[in-house]
Amino acid sequence: MQYSFHFGQVVSYLPDLLSGAFVSLQIAFICFWCGMAIGLVWAIALEFGGRPLRGLARAYVSFFTNTPGLVQIYFIYYALPDAGLLLSSYQAVVLGITLNAGGYLTLILRGGFASVHSSEIDAAIALGFSRTQQILYVVLPHIARVLFPPIGNKFVLMVLGTAVAGVFGVEDLMGRTINANAESYRTIELLTMTACIYVALTVCATLALTGIGMALFGKRVRFET
Amino acid sequence: MHFLEIADLSAAYRNVRVLRSVSLNVARGEVVSIIGPSGSGKSTLLRALVGLMTPTAGTVRLGGETVDYSDPKSLRALRDRCAIVFQQFNLFQNMTVLRNVMITPVKIKRRPVGEVEPEARALLTKVGLADKMDAYPSQLSGGQQQRVAIARALAVKPDILLLDEVTSALDPELVQEVLETIRLLAAEGMTMLAVSHEMNFVREVSSRVALMNGGEVIEVGEPAELFERPTSARTREFVSKIIRAK
Amino acid sequence: MIARVLQEAPAFFTGYNILFLLQAMGATLLLSLGGCLVGSTVGLGLTLVRASEAGALMPARVAAWAFVEFFRRVPPLVVLLLVFFASNLLRGQISLFGIAMIGLCLVATASLTEIIRGGIESVHPAQWESAESLNFGYLRAFFWVVLPQAWRVILPPAISFMLLFIKDTAFASQVGTLELTAAGKILTTKGFTAALAYGSVLILYFLLSTALAGLGNWLEKRIAFPGNR
Repeated sequence: MQYSFHFGQVVSYLPDLLSGAFVSLQIAFICFWCGMAIGLVWAIALEFGGRPLRGLARAYVSFFTNTPGLVQIYFIYYALPDAGLLLSSYQAVVLGITLNAGGYLTLILRGGFASVHSSEIDAAIALGFSRTQQILYVVLPHIARVLFPPIGNKFVLMVLGTAVAGVFGVEDLMGRTINANAESYRTIELLTMTACIYVALTVCATLALTGIGMALFGKRVRFET
Repeated sequence: MHFLEIADLSAAYRNVRVLRSVSLNVARGEVVSIIGPSGSGKSTLLRALVGLMTPTAGTVRLGGETVDYSDPKSLRALRDRCAIVFQQFNLFQNMTVLRNVMITPVKIKRRPVGEVEPEARALLTKVGLADKMDAYPSQLSGGQQQRVAIARALAVKPDILLLDEVTSALDPELVQEVLETIRLLAAEGMTMLAVSHEMNFVREVSSRVALMNGGEVIEVGEPAELFERPTSARTREFVSKIIRAK
Repeated sequence: MIARVLQEAPAFFTGYNILFLLQAMGATLLLSLGGCLVGSTVGLGLTLVRASEAGALMPARVAAWAFVEFFRRVPPLVVLLLVFFASNLLRGQISLFGIAMIGLCLVATASLTEIIRGGIESVHPAQWESAESLNFGYLRAFFWVVLPQAWRVILPPAISFMLLFIKDTAFASQVGTLELTAAGKILTTKGFTAALAYGSVLILYFLLSTALAGLGNWLEKRIAFPGNR
């Protein structure tokens, strides 16, 4: 194999890639919070809604968690214009990742609701907490603590998931890598650098989340990714 | 010459000296109990003996042969002659009681199943669990599990049995059945080195008692001597605490 | 959009196209199963290395750790592209399917190693010690005592991952492999409306995924209940 690695040539792309990484983080952030909103809506629907609403929620979750995000975005970007919805690649990607995340987050949130034990609520009732107080001081903190690791984990996975944006030409980390590659032909070095940036992103995200977890909940919250 | 000779055994765990020059001898057929406060190194001693922790200094001789804890062959030979029963979570949860007892002789010592099975069944009957041979550990009480663990240890036909606080994790009503089994073994002449908190039992069954504290052996003597006329201040302190607790 | 879909449907759902889609679906299935199989097997091997304590294996343990930590944190798309371009350097002609398989196996192995390792670590250390004190040796203790008990902890996240993995295979389309997503793209270039093409692809993925999820559920129930407790 005759190939010599020339990392020197691609280091000049680093600033560009790093700004791309920043865009990736932005996308992850936006999609995460919007996805949480969707997840919350469906999780509440599943918990408190009537039959048809629950059926709708299940259909949504089932569809978005059983099909690839990439194809979902293909559909949004290429098929929806026929129905009148013409989106830019950035918009299509954000919409697609959001809807997708909404499905998974619904599942995670449902798990959290289910984890509250009646004994805790019984204790609160016995101590004279009103319904609102029960929810505020017992139920919500418990759910938050239980949900923090899986939701944090999902966020980190979403950071990796933003790579799909590059397929559609969005100028995120992946997109800029593809552009840079067209110029430089030093593909392996470029891709390796990009891979390392993704690793760095996820490590930083995990550390940040662990820090937030410790600050909010004390030392006991462990992180998986 | 004693059967088990421990001379100046030392061990460290994460830079803490957990055993400090421990010396103790056990003769054939003797039951030596080790007592002492928590953290005194009693369990550590047993674990070091069986090679779960590598000693940093000292020697151990079993039946006249010195054990080389850095040599796998020597370790294997040691474990053929010296079996240990732990405080809890002993039994292999994924195997039936019978298989737990049979697996070592059959798979490790490569003896034929036809030979091992009747022996295993006899052992389980001896510890009073003849009707539980096809049960899984999770279906047994703590006392029953410990008796199976003893049977499993006996299945390798050890020359000496190490018992590491085998009743400490049991509910009070289950302790007696295990002590009964140990009593039986002692009467049959099994050489045993037991760490225990059951003082009455210790007095009744042991030929000698050793008190440990801070990783050292403070005093060794016959039960009556040690409990009634202790020579060391530490021993006096410990004994008085137990007496008061009774 | 619906009007166009209905209009083109008859031309779209020809035997040829349907066969084409099914073949592509077969490729996706193969990639998914192959990735999971290789991932689990190699993952088991890596876990064996990582859980060992032999001093001599330290470099291997570090290598295994580095491999897992790296490939878990890189998007599958990047891994596939790396494999694609790396394979171009080697004179050997690896098929596009092979490239996708290699890339996906790398991703699956990293994740499954983590999951298996988690299961092994969940088994109480006393089980290892009991086995050791009975002269079992590392491998026997691992396979006869610890792994059988680790299954119950390993299986749910493993199945969960495998279902996610099916969706990861879609990225193989970006390196030219002819799997289901690529089939959708090809059909659009043939002139069919994207709604039909990608819509059908979505439905096929849905069917595949729910079928395998059902299989996974069945497996979980069989392994985690009486018979193995």
